[in-house]
Parts: sequence; C-alpha cells; structure tokens
Amino acid sequence: MLLEISICGFWVFAGVRPDSLLFLFMNWSDRVWVELALISYLVGFAYSVYSLASHKFLTSRTSFWAIIAGFLLTTIFLFDRGHAIGRCPITNRFEVLVFMTWSMVLIYLVIGSSYRLSLMGAFTAPVASVLLLFAVAFAPSQAAARRIKVNPWLEAHTSFSMVACGAFALACIAGVMFLLQERQLKTRHPSSIFYRLPPITALSVANSRLLWLGFTLFTVGLATGFLIGDRINWVQAGWSILVWCVYGGIIVARMRHAMAAKWVAALSIVAFSLLLSTFWGIRFISDRPSF
Amino acid sequence: MNIFCFGISHQTANVEIRERFAIPDSGLADALTRLGQVPGVQESVLLSTCNRTEFYIVAMDSQLAIEPLFHDFYGPVEVSELHHLFRLPAVPSIRHLFRVASGLESMVLGETEIFGQVKRAYEAAARSGTTGRILNRLFQKAFHVGKHVRSATAITRGSVSVGSVAVDLAEQIFGKLDGRKIMILGAGETSERTAWSLKSRGARQLFVSNRSFERATVLAEAIGGRAIRFDDWEDEFQELDILVSSTSAPHAIVTRAKLEPVLRLRRDRPLFIIDLAMPRDVDPAVHEMDGVYVYDLDSLRAIAGRTLETRKKETEACDGLIEKHVHDFEVWFNRIAEGAVGRAAIECPRT
Repeated sequence: MLLEISICGFWVFAGVRPDSLLFLFMNWSDRVWVELALISYLVGFAYSVYSLASHKFLTSRTSFWAIIAGFLLTTIFLFDRGHAIGRCPITNRFEVLVFMTWSMVLIYLVIGSSYRLSLMGAFTAPVASVLLLFAVAFAPSQAAARRIKVNPWLEAHTSFSMVACGAFALACIAGVMFLLQERQLKTRHPSSIFYRLPPITALSVANSRLLWLGFTLFTVGLATGFLIGDRINWVQAGWSILVWCVYGGIIVARMRHAMAAKWVAALSIVAFSLLLSTFWGIRFISDRPSF
Repeated sequence: MNIFCFGISHQTANVEIRERFAIPDSGLADALTRLGQVPGVQESVLLSTCNRTEFYIVAMDSQLAIEPLFHDFYGPVEVSELHHLFRLPAVPSIRHLFRVASGLESMVLGETEIFGQVKRAYEAAARSGTTGRILNRLFQKAFHVGKHVRSATAITRGSVSVGSVAVDLAEQIFGKLDGRKIMILGAGETSERTAWSLKSRGARQLFVSNRSFERATVLAEAIGGRAIRFDDWEDEFQELDILVSSTSAPHAIVTRAKLEPVLRLRRDRPLFIIDLAMPRDVDPAVHEMDGVYVYDLDSLRAIAGRTLETRKKETEACDGLIEKHVHDFEVWFNRIAEGAVGRAAIECPRT
C-alpha cells in the first residue's frame, strides 16, 4: 500500500489525474512480487545515494542485499507467471520489462564480482527501479491465456533477445561510469566518487565484454526469430536488424581500434537509449511470433 | 583513582625538543618498568613516536608531580624545556588518546600510521605488565574509536602528498600496478620519491632514463628497475603505461606531434603522464588527446590541497563521534573509580 501511495504521489506531482491512478490499487495478484522488487531496488538506490551524498562511505552491502532481494522477488514473479501461462513470461510489456530488469540484474550479479565493479550496483539499482516503475505504472499486467502448445523457437527468440537487452543495459551503465571517470580525470578535479568507482581500464574492459555478450545473445535471438515458422513481421524484423547493426558497428570499431574507449562508452549509452525509446513504438514481443 | 596524560608533541615542541624526550623502542621496556616503580603510579603506557612522547598514567594521586619523574627519566631538565610539556586531566586525556588514535592530532591530519604506533605502545606496556583494568579498557576503546572514525568519515580518504596523489590516480586508471610499465624520466629527488610510491603499491616494471646514465643506473638499482640511455627512452614509449617526468629540459620534450603516431600503435591503452618538472616537460595540449591523462605539479598539489581541506572539514564529524565514546568511557570510569574509593574506605577506615 505504501508503494501505491508513493507512486500515486509521484504521478500526481508529475501532473497525472488521481482518478487515472486507481488501477494501481486493483489487480492484487502476482504483480505484488514486482512491486516488492521495486521497493527493494528503490531502497538500494536510495541507500547508495545517501552513502555517496553524505560522504559517510558506508559499505555497499545494504545496496547489494537490496538488489539481491529485488532479483529474488522478480524471479518468484517470473516463475509464478511462467507456471501460470505455460511459457516464458514475455507476453506483454509488463512481463517484458520485468524480464529485462531480471536479466540485467542477473548479469550484474554474475559479472559484478569478477570485475571489482561493486559500485555498479549503485548505478544498476536506479535503472532497475525506473524499468520496474514503468512496468508497474504504465503496463497492464494481465496474464496471457495459457498455451497448450509452445513454440520452442519463439521462446528461445524472445528470451535470448531479452537477456541481450539486459547485457546492453549493463554495457550502458558501464559506459556511464566510464564517462564519469574520464571526465573527472580530464578536468583534473576528482571528487570523492572518483575514488569509489572502479579503474577506468576495468570499466572499458567491462563495457566491451558486455557489448560482446549482448551482441552474441542478440544474434542468437535474431537467428532463432527466423526459425519460428510464422509470417515475418518486417517492421519488427527491420528494427531488430537495425539494433543488431548498430551494436555490430560499435563492436567492429572497437575491435579495429578505430574508436577511442570514450566514444565506445558514449555509443553504448546512445544505442541503449535508442533501443529503449523505440521499444514502445515497435511491437517487439507479442503473443504472435515477432517476425 | 585518576587517569591523566602528559608529554610533548609536535604541537608543543619543535623537533630538537622532541628528539631530547623521545624514547627509542629498545628502551621502552626499561622505561615502563621504571615508570611502574614511581610511587602512586598504578598503570602506565608510554607512546613515543617522531611527533610525540606521551605518558598515559593511572594513579591514586591526581596531583602526581611530573617534573621529578622527568628528571629521573631524562637527567637534568631545564625549566625552558619543561615549558613544552602538556598535562591533561582525566576526561581530556581520554579525548586526547581517542583523537591521537584517529589521526586527528597527527602532523598530517588523518594519517593512519599513528594507529599502529599506539597499538605497539599498548602491546609493549601489556607485555611489561604495566597496564591494568583501566588502561586495558581505555586503549581497547581507543582502537575501536580509531576504526570507527576512519570507517564512518572521510578523514583518511585521499592523499595529501604529491607522490601519493599521483599513485592514487594511477590506480584509478589502471587498477593494480604490478603489470604496468613505468618510466622514470630524470633521476631527481621528486621523481625518485614518486618511483618509490609506485613501487610500494606493487609496480614491478620500472625503467629509469636520465641524461647522466650513471645516475639513472644508481636509481634503477635502488628501486629494482632497469636503466635506459636518454637517447633511447622514446623507443620504449609504445609499451609504456605511466611516465613520470622531471627532467631539467628548458622546453617540452613530450609533444602532441611526437605522441600522435605512437598513440595509434598503442591500441587504445591509456597513458598516464606525471609531469613533475618545472618548466614542464609535457606540452599541455597532450592532455587533450584521447586516452592520455597529464598531471603536472600544480594539478597534483591542488588535489592534495583539496583532500586536506576535506579532511579538515571532517574533523567536526570525527569529534562528534569521539565525544560519544568519551562520554561512554567516562561513565564507566567514574563507576569504577567510585567503587575503588569505596573499597579503599572499607579497607582503611578513618580513625
């Protein structure tokens, strides 16, 4: 309930009519897991901001556990929803956003410890919060009808594509952190956050590897899309190929050292922003095959 | 029963006076034994560093005369020397020790070396058997306070010397320094200090180049690096990660035109240049190149200055934390002291 009130407050402040917010109080079902996950991510985000702003330099353990809690709650939702509809729960925008958040946090948890990128959590939590906030506030969460027969190519296509989006989201976060470090080094005015962020070379390597991971998964997703066996939706296919080309171009430029690390970081932010902004315009995932 | 502290520090005496009253490590056990034999002294810890010599005492008599004690320890002490002594009563002594352990009384505000020195002083006293219930508790509390202050505030964050700032920056660019190739160009005092700082943080591949090859060889041997003839240093540029430059060249020896072809071959690896020369060895335009970060003396000093300012601002927060611990200890000590007075009254009833 507290969450509903907070969200209402936010949207009223943003100029949205209160009566249009009634939907938030309805439909108490498995989406409660997502709402609880949103609270966890917001707690992690708020704690990181407090820690950095107050210069108290508290350990990031609280943020980390808040992210773990959020991840487990979204896992419960996806398991619950997947069990109910008999397929991978990526049948509407609500589920897609939750799945994308889940994928991003999963990759963060896997790579975070490997690259000494602990503070990445402070940047992952706000992105996860925004994605889930959009899911809770804007996307209807009704479950799709249960499928008797599941097309495995469609399942593979959608899930690979979504996990790829999670990797691209993290590449974007690593890019933001890289540019933050780069700017502080170039202005010769390092602030307290500079010494808490990972080394710039580690961020550059993480950015490149996440782009590679995302690109590989996206390629598999794209390829399996052609095997679904239904009529191809060329609008969605064209959009997917465009995204594939953009990321492919960045990776090739990086491999050939034709582009400085800072431009790769900047482009991974631009590419993910493009991916997110066009996401609403393109019916990327639907009950029907994507293409 | 009373706690008090007396001694000298960098705040009350210059280095000559501090040297006069310093107690070497080898003489510490003997000094503690002699201190324990002073009538009225129940517990004692002696802290002697290059910046302070302090006696922490628990005695029945709060007016214990320290002048005879000093005469006993150091031979004849002149009145002018005694003017440099400070003496603190119970609560200020407790506060002082907590501030010392937290680095707030140090010459370099927030330095952490003092914490280890206080710990070693306490351990020496504990081994000599001159600590008891009060000082054991006081010093354990001081260690807790020191850790708390360091972890909860920014008092130890950043570096306040040019060399340390440069090494911190190197670590924020490259992470661990052990696999990095570092060239020291010019075997002057500043570059030598920076080389030692880099080595202390794990740098292994160090190269030294100087107009005088002999001096380069001497420094290279000292830091465990390799000397390179001055005419050849540019050949190594392609593989370099960090360049520490402090030559006496009258003009810039690292320019954008010279670096551009080399950078193309470096395959996007960042290059960190620490320019400690005056006039500068590196053309300022080099800093504008992608992946190249040039820090000269002024920029390093500015960062060190800002860190010191931050630390100064943090002292208020540190004192706030310390005050709470002082109060807790004071409450405990008063309870113990009252109990001791009560027991003494029972054991020695007035007639």
